[in-house]
Order: sequence, then structure tokens, then C-alpha cells
Amino acid sequence: MSSPALDLGPARRAARERIRVPRASGLFRLVSPIVLLLLWQAASSSGLLPERLVASPVKIARTAVGLTTAGTLPDAIMVSLQRVAIGFAIGAAAGVVLALAAGLSRLGENAVDPPMQMLRALPFYGLIPLFILWFGIGETPKVALVALGVAFPLYLNTFAGIRSVDGRLTEAGRVLRLSRTALIRHVILPGALPQTLVGLRQSLGVAWLALIVAEQVNADSGLGWMINDAREFMRTDVIVVGLVVYSALGLLTDAFVRLIERRALAWRRAFQPA
Amino acid sequence: MATSLPTRVASTGGSARAASTRSFTRSFGDRTILDRLDLDIEHGEFVALLGRSGSGKSTLLRALAGLDPETDGELTVEGTVSVAFQEPRLLPWKRVIDNVALGLNGPAAKAKAHRALEEVGLGELGGAWPLTLSGGEAQRASLARALVREPGLLLLDEPFSALDALTRITMHRLVLDLWTRHGHGDPAGRERLSVLLVTHDVDEALLLADRVLVLREGRIAYESRVAAERPRRPHDLGTLRAELLEQLGVEEGTP
Repeated sequence: MSSPALDLGPARRAARERIRVPRASGLFRLVSPIVLLLLWQAASSSGLLPERLVASPVKIARTAVGLTTAGTLPDAIMVSLQRVAIGFAIGAAAGVVLALAAGLSRLGENAVDPPMQMLRALPFYGLIPLFILWFGIGETPKVALVALGVAFPLYLNTFAGIRSVDGRLTEAGRVLRLSRTALIRHVILPGALPQTLVGLRQSLGVAWLALIVAEQVNADSGLGWMINDAREFMRTDVIVVGLVVYSALGLLTDAFVRLIERRALAWRRAFQPA
Repeated sequence: MATSLPTRVASTGGSARAASTRSFTRSFGDRTILDRLDLDIEHGEFVALLGRSGSGKSTLLRALAGLDPETDGELTVEGTVSVAFQEPRLLPWKRVIDNVALGLNGPAAKAKAHRALEEVGLGELGGAWPLTLSGGEAQRASLARALVREPGLLLLDEPFSALDALTRITMHRLVLDLWTRHGHGDPAGRERLSVLLVTHDVDEALLLADRVLVLREGRIAYESRVAAERPRRPHDLGTLRAELLEQLGVEEGTP
């Protein structure tokens, strides 16, 4: 990806080229994973690795195709994605709004920050029993757990981002007679954005973890349910398919954040398009 | 600690001077940085303010810029004040032209910003990100941002001290050029650009200013007109240079 419509002089373009780290070619990087897969398959085929511990790669691939064509896997993915999306939206909105309130005014900081810092210390997976008591065993406790997990990293990072905006820049803004609203919009929020995106990335990671935990505890649909159900029948192939899908979804959301970063932080000199 | 409210009058026209202070005082705790300072800057005048580190130069500049609410005494500034700081302080997330247009209103803002960039020789770089600019280019953009608001008083806070020697020479010429160009808009002299250059470089002050002030212990300790025609060469002004260095506590070795 090239940075849009920006004509750097040839000298500076050359300087950018120089910083670029030489990359190993994609194919070369695939060698060791393939070797590991082959070893795994060999161990399974020779009986060294029994299926009740873990199924062979070939079996897992077949199961994945079977689950997909039967519709089980797509259904489970949709259910899980929906939980993450709703939980993430609620948690992210709460985290960012609270961070703005705390970051932009002293009063807000005194009101919001102490309770947030205290709640942050709670091991929030430990809240599951309470959530079940409060919300039952439907969708609500799962979504709530995701929302809670998402809110904190976003809150902490956005708050820190707002507070770490270079004071010399806000001073320059004041000299330019920017109104408070304009100062927030042009100086403070863009200045806090890099740190907010760090928080976004952390919070998406937490979102998937929270979902996995919530779905293991009790669920009658979704990826976690599919995995749990498979355990009862010792279907290690289905379990591994579920895990692979979890990690693929995690990677996908991470790539999504990187795409946002690439666009929103294009001004950074250190930024190098992949 | 100053307790009374400062008198800060931002008058809109008709006053005789671009800026003036009377009994202007600023203390930090027990330390008095500016001590009953009286200063006048005439319309269209280029004043250089010299002083050692800690003499209160920057404190005075911040007060004139309206960045310091805790002062005593009287301070009058006519019209708009702009500042170019030692570091260019461009917002890295806004392209150069948007930095210059920041705070301007109306549909003509971009066009005005573009003209200001052309004036400092950066007409081509409006679309660049600030972090890709060289030190000199960034300082030019900062000057364009200061001048685009058509200030009556331009405050320069050691804006050339972080630049290399060659770039500094070019920037000196540019500032003089801009000051001349913005200095003759109105024959009555009201809209003429006044400049207050804060620096610790004696040669720079002699090269650029109509009047050189030395700030010491919170007061104007020395003041001199620089009568020589521009463009000047600092060594034409040997006597004044030696005197200024002495005022700043620098002993010149015998040649």
C-alpha cells in the first residue's frame, strides 16, 4: 500500500527505502510450519499420537469441510461473531465515553477514574458466577462479559492518550485562538488516537478471550458450545477446528485494526506500509 | 504569587503602539522574573530582545502571547498576536496546508493558507506531512501559520536557534523580507507588522532589528537603536556588538 498523494522529494523517498527492513519472502517463511504439520501427520498415522489426544491434520481438515458443508460451523461462527460484535460495541462506547469524560475535565477525572481504577483490579472472569445470577444463562451474561473486558483497555489507553498530548501543541493551539471545542477536535483527540488504537487492539484480543471463557461456561450455541459438545464425545478433531477458527477470527480482527491504523496514522514517519 | 488580576487590554485600533507594558511583573513563588518592566513596541518596529538564559525573555514573550494569566501590571497589545516558537509545533497529523489554515474560518481559508505558504517558499509542500519536512521547511511553515492571520505583532521565540548555520542565514533573509512586505500595507502605519524577536544571538539581533534590548534581572538593562541600513553585516557594527556582549556578561578576548 502506498501513502496517498504525497510527493516526497527523491532524496527523502530514498531515505524511506533505507529504513525498510528486508523481509524474508512469504514462501520461505512457510517452510517450518509445513514441516511441523508433516511431522504431526506422520505421528498420527504411525499411531504414535492417538486420536483421543489430538486428531491428525488430515482428519481435522476433513472435519472442517464436513462441519462447514453441514452448516454447523458457519452457524456457530455467526453466533459467536454476533456476541463479540455486540459486546465490543457496548464496551468500546462505554470505555471511550468514560475516557473522554475523565480525560477532558478535572471533574470528570475525579468522578470516573477512581472507580475505574478499582474495578480494573477485579479479575473479571471471576465475575461469571455473579453474571449468571444477574443475567441468567442466555446471551446477556456473555455479551456483558465481552463488554466489560473491552471497556477497560480502551478506557485506560484513551485516557492516557488524552493526557499525554504534547503540551506545546495545545499551547500552539491556544496561540492560534482555537476554541475549546476546536482544540479538542484538532489537537487533543488526534493526539490521543495512537494510544487509543493500542487500546483498541488490546480490547479486541480481550473480547475474544472473554467470549471463549463465557461460551465454555454455559452455552447452547456458538463456537464454545461446539467445542464443549465435542469434548463429551472425545472429538478432538472438532475441538481443534473450533480453536483454529477462534484464532483465525482473532487474527482477522487484528488485521482490521492494523488497517485502521494504517489509514489513521499515515502521518507518522515511522509508519512503513507493509 | 501574583494575586491581583492583570490588566490585559486587547484594543482593536487607534492605539499608538503595537504593544506596551507598564510596571509589568511576573513572579514564580519568591522569584521575580519580570520586575516592573516598561516596554514599548511601535507599529512596524522590529525589536530584538536579548538576554541570557533565565533572564525572563520567554516569560515576557508568553505574557505578550496571552499564554500567561498570572501577571501583574499593565499589558496592552493591539490587534492579533502571532507566535513562531523555537520548535515549529506543527500538528503532525495535519498536512502542512491544514496546519497553516488551522483556526482560520470561512471558505477562503485554504486559499489564504496557500498564499501564505507560497510567501515563505513552500507553495509545493502544502500536501506534505509535517514529519517529512526538514527543520528549515518546518520553521517556514510555522512562520506561514503565524503570518496568515495578519498579526499586528509577530513574536519570534528563538525560532532559528535549532537550525543549521546555512539555513539560519536563509531564514534571516526570509524574516526581513516578510517583515518588509507586511510592513507597508497602510500608509498611516496602523497595519504595519511589528516583530519582537527573542534571541540570545547578538549577531542575529544586530542583523535584523531596529532596536535591541537587553533583559537582565527582569528589567530592560540596556537599549540601543541599530541605525545601519539593511542588508547589514554584523561586523560593520563592531562597537555596538562589543557593547551588547559586555551587557550580556561576555568578555571579548583581545584580537
